[in-house]
Amino acid sequence: MDWQPLLLTFKLALITTFVLLVISVPLAYWLAYTKYRIKTIVETLVSMPLVLPPTVLGFYLLIALSPANSFGSFLTDWLGIKLIFSFGGLVLASVMYSLPFMVHPIQSGFANLNPQITEASYVLGKSRATTLFKVLLPNIKPALLTGVVLAFAHTIGEFGVVLMIGGNIPGKTKVASIAIYDEVESLNYHNANSYSLILFTITFIILLVVYLVNGGYLKRVWK
Amino acid sequence: MIQISLKKKLRAANGAIQLDVDIEIEQGTLITLYGNSGAGKTSILRMIAGLLLPEKGMIVVNTKTWLDTGKGVSLKPQQRKSGFVFQDYALFPNMTVKENLMYALEKGQDKAIVHELISIIGLEDLQHRKPEELSGGQKQRVALARALVRKPDILMLDEPLSALDIQMRSLLQDYILKVHKEFSLTTILVSHDIGEVIKMSDKIFIIDEGKITRQGTPIEVFSNKQVSGKFQFVGEILSIDKEDVVYIVTILIGVNIVKIVAVESEIHSMRVGDKVMVASKAFNPLLQKIN
Repeated sequence: MDWQPLLLTFKLALITTFVLLVISVPLAYWLAYTKYRIKTIVETLVSMPLVLPPTVLGFYLLIALSPANSFGSFLTDWLGIKLIFSFGGLVLASVMYSLPFMVHPIQSGFANLNPQITEASYVLGKSRATTLFKVLLPNIKPALLTGVVLAFAHTIGEFGVVLMIGGNIPGKTKVASIAIYDEVESLNYHNANSYSLILFTITFIILLVVYLVNGGYLKRVWK
Repeated sequence: MIQISLKKKLRAANGAIQLDVDIEIEQGTLITLYGNSGAGKTSILRMIAGLLLPEKGMIVVNTKTWLDTGKGVSLKPQQRKSGFVFQDYALFPNMTVKENLMYALEKGQDKAIVHELISIIGLEDLQHRKPEELSGGQKQRVALARALVRKPDILMLDEPLSALDIQMRSLLQDYILKVHKEFSLTTILVSHDIGEVIKMSDKIFIIDEGKITRQGTPIEVFSNKQVSGKFQFVGEILSIDKEDVVYIVTILIGVNIVKIVAVESEIHSMRVGDKVMVASKAFNPLLQKIN
């Protein structure tokens, strides 16, 4: 069995999760506390990948990033970035596709915090940034963990959007979910089963750990 | 001297009210804002702290202008040197008692104040506990200490004791008075407990529907003008029992219960739960040392 698709899958999931974390904390913070009406539009856009077929997102990304179009050719000619049928394109597509899985838990984490702890911090003379990193984020650790794990697991499970934008290039864009499809197409059920079983086990363990941590079981066992 | 003048339309539970208050506070005094809920007391504190903006207003603290809407000056909450004790404490759940206080330190400030405050509130043994492991009274003491770390120009207490039982309340009132004196603070207390107000304040502002209806010392504001009593206490009626031709009224004053004889004409308008004043003027009370 070729391990490359699995390694590629986890590399993609790791990078995507990291990028998502960096983007989602400020975005979720803004969504949780802003009073601007445009919030509703942004919220809708963030949630779109939950209901939209992945192929739709993949299709538009493919069109937008294609060197035949102005934006795609700008990226290629001026910045030397080629996003379609490349790993970079996969990361971009995965970030967009898994955005709600990271933003939603963090946003509700912020929204459920007692607003007075923020005010208490301001009155103590602390800036917004200090308050965010020292007070708010440490108090929504379960929400952060949920976001990280859901985004990671969801990226592992991606298929349609990856196939549309990345294709099936071994070592570059052929992730595990596509490899499984590939093996089934060539009637290599044994290989397909190996990939599937590994993905099944890993995602089960990841989610189990999240529920154990967030349910407080581990804390109780340690005590 | 602290001068406060605030105007703002507030949306309260029973319709909109126009808040319009002028308050002057001598430095080093403890004043109370007293009134029903929804009268605008908490909003006044929030505006002083900079957490809420008035439509028109001016706040000058010891010649420093915190707010002047006429000149477009409005310091951020971070720039106003105020201490705020929230009704539900608002301790940071991720930090221990000591860390909550350490967080409040300003850059370069001496850490000794944290140890001093922890010993004043008597929580040395619990300083490494998280807030969730503390009782209500202990949390309140931590919130009070945390607000004092920066040595604020104004300390604001938003109904700090309303969630506590009567004994804890009395203890905490003493703590507040102690730190108020020790740190020579200027303190604004919001309360709707007459006993607390009388015990604690130098001056009282009674607020109703966003306006100050009366102000003065506790005695000026609360006592009936006909009484010129030599000593007087405020308490709550626990029961009224008829005994032959007179009535025995049981009254709770602080944590003590006293029984007072009354005739029917005196008690006809009184009910259990009413606040009453117990005063004596006809004879000199005895004073005896007890230890």
